[in-house]
Amino acid sequence: MTKDTTHRSTSYPHRHLLGIEGLQPSEILHLLDLADEAVEVSRQVEKQKAVLRGRTQINLFFEASTRTQASFEIAGKRLGADVMNMAVASSSVKKGETLIDTAATLNAMRPDLLVVRHQSAGAVQLLARKVECSVVNAGDGQHEHPTQALLDALTMRRHKGDIGGLRIAICGDIRHSRVARSNILLLNALGARVRVVAPSTLLPSGIHNMGVDVFTNMREGLEGCDIVMMLRLQRERMSGAFVPSVREYFKYHGLDKEKLSYAKPDALVMHPGPMNRGVEIAAEVADGPQSLIKEQVEMGVAVRMAVLEALATHLPTK
Amino acid sequence: MAETNNPLVLTNARVIDPAANKDEPGAVLIRNGIIEAAGSAALNQGAPEGAITMDCGGAIVAPGLVDMGVTVGEPGAEHRETLESASQAAVAGGVTTMITSPDCDPVIDDPALVDFILRRARHTAIVNVHPMAALTKGLNGQEMSEIGLLKEAGAVAFTNATHPVTNSQVFSRLLTYARDFDALVVHQAQDKDLAGSGVMNAGLRASWLGLGGIPREAEFIAIERDMRLVAMTRGKYHARLISCPQSANAIRQAKKDGLNVTAGISINHLTLNENDIANYRTFHKMSPPLRTEDDRMEMVRAVADGTIDVIMSDHNPQDVETKRHPFAESEDGALGLETMLGAGMRLVHSGDVPLTKLLAAMTCNPADRLGLEAGRLSKGAPADLIVFDPDRPWIVEKENIRSRSKNSSFEDETLQGRVLTTLVAGRILYNIAA
Repeated sequence: MTKDTTHRSTSYPHRHLLGIEGLQPSEILHLLDLADEAVEVSRQVEKQKAVLRGRTQINLFFEASTRTQASFEIAGKRLGADVMNMAVASSSVKKGETLIDTAATLNAMRPDLLVVRHQSAGAVQLLARKVECSVVNAGDGQHEHPTQALLDALTMRRHKGDIGGLRIAICGDIRHSRVARSNILLLNALGARVRVVAPSTLLPSGIHNMGVDVFTNMREGLEGCDIVMMLRLQRERMSGAFVPSVREYFKYHGLDKEKLSYAKPDALVMHPGPMNRGVEIAAEVADGPQSLIKEQVEMGVAVRMAVLEALATHLPTK
Repeated sequence: MAETNNPLVLTNARVIDPAANKDEPGAVLIRNGIIEAAGSAALNQGAPEGAITMDCGGAIVAPGLVDMGVTVGEPGAEHRETLESASQAAVAGGVTTMITSPDCDPVIDDPALVDFILRRARHTAIVNVHPMAALTKGLNGQEMSEIGLLKEAGAVAFTNATHPVTNSQVFSRLLTYARDFDALVVHQAQDKDLAGSGVMNAGLRASWLGLGGIPREAEFIAIERDMRLVAMTRGKYHARLISCPQSANAIRQAKKDGLNVTAGISINHLTLNENDIANYRTFHKMSPPLRTEDDRMEMVRAVADGTIDVIMSDHNPQDVETKRHPFAESEDGALGLETMLGAGMRLVHSGDVPLTKLLAAMTCNPADRLGLEAGRLSKGAPADLIVFDPDRPWIVEKENIRSRSKNSSFEDETLQGRVLTTLVAGRILYNIAA
């Protein structure tokens, strides 16, 4: 079931990156190719390119984030952009200023690139309609987190070659995860076989029609997998709301060596972070030889550089 | 504008009076704001002396619509809608009687506030206005409001609007107490715990959009509970808005069992589905949520077979401050007064609902349930009526919306079937040519 990946797009024809939905496989591959180049740049002593020189990038985070925000900031700076971080506490937004007002205010400051994270699904799309610059979705509610899916794909491709045909298990809180949604879309677009593994309370309604194979038993779900991707379980969901307790969750759905042994011997372990060791993943696995978790962070910067660079080609030059 | 003391004759009309199951060529004779004759019988009477004649050019003359689902911003949110602006929207949509929701600020839970609505309506509104009062104080779902006093003040029914009464003991007492006053309890049932923090129909669409889902069960479990409580109390019950087939089944069974039960639905749930939300269109965020196309089709059948008695606009004006947010944070609700009939005609043109049935659900059925004399063309009834062309296409344009708010879920859509003229008590209050 390997998809034809020989036809490569040489451009990214969209003004924004709002989600994986709507992207062609060739466009995804184009971004991954750009990211491979960005990895090389990032590993040099001289890490700067001039693609975004003179451009203003605003990172607008309505929801707290350390790594994603830092990743976008470094990516923008390596491309020569002037990067500004804006953390907007959601409480002050609720006090009166609507998201649209915020968008109009920022738009008036004439940024070229706007990186947005928001706690509500659809908020980034809404904002993108109201501004003239390019917008990157850095996570909107439980909807999408496209750069995470791209960095995951980049990490996989650099280790396993073609993603088409890989058997990939996404495990844990699928229901509330924008990472899971974006990954399901992207990995399916590239022809991978995607499984989800979770207790039924953490599966979204309609999951059987989302293009995945569904497992509630982790050992069965990991059987023969090339990649095991773990998801974070939010603290407020651990104690009775969706699963009874941390120890029960870890026993049945936490990734330890024993469960990992059901996957292929050369299976690789991923996690978008931040991790809860002892909840969804055992420390021995998270820090073990099959883990790609730290590399994912490096790939995150590269993918964000690729995305910013791709969007830069659409910025007006006069 | 026609003077009320001159007789008025509408000629060359197709007269439809769903209350009398009448659909025939004829005329309508109006004197002193009252219908004197309607239909083919009116042809024989000729025009009385001094009568003004209006040629309808073959268009339909039907009773003015009685809309059981109108939320107005007065008092409390006059910037969104007043009784006056709502009534201006109403005549353009053929609505001659608005039944208003008590969900205002303050909540209409006191006889003085019912009186306030009636007085404001008399002075500012150009259509008939009948307020519903709150079923519980402040819509809190706990303490029953003064049903007797409120009814005497002019409340035509009692409802908690879109806030369900979840406590079964409270609800059974309400049904029991209301029965002593022959008061109608209008309830939008929902199991709030099961609905949780959902904002659209639960299912694949919601999952892909990353939005919390409201399962159908949150509605029909509550409707089934209500039916049990109506059976227990022998109360008089109207389901304000049902949106899924299982709810319709419960209503169907309750009617078969002889319970005093009727049901309503909004025009939105008959003509739109969850796919219309597309990319987070907040004008399509409603309570209960828009369901799937299969659900919608089942609900249309429930109208056609008479399980659902009443179609309402569920007019709910919202402005930029409440709608231009991310989907989950936006208020529920859409406009409806101006588009209810035009949108409803989609069901007629598709062959799913006969025209008289559609009109009955918007005229005599709600009027009968509320004990109003409106919604019919019988001799002696108030001359509230509409002239409309069932085939005339028009586009819902934002700049032509009369409501103070502009949150129409039919914006830029073409509707087929348009009100040409609206009369209230024999006076022409809307004329498309004018």
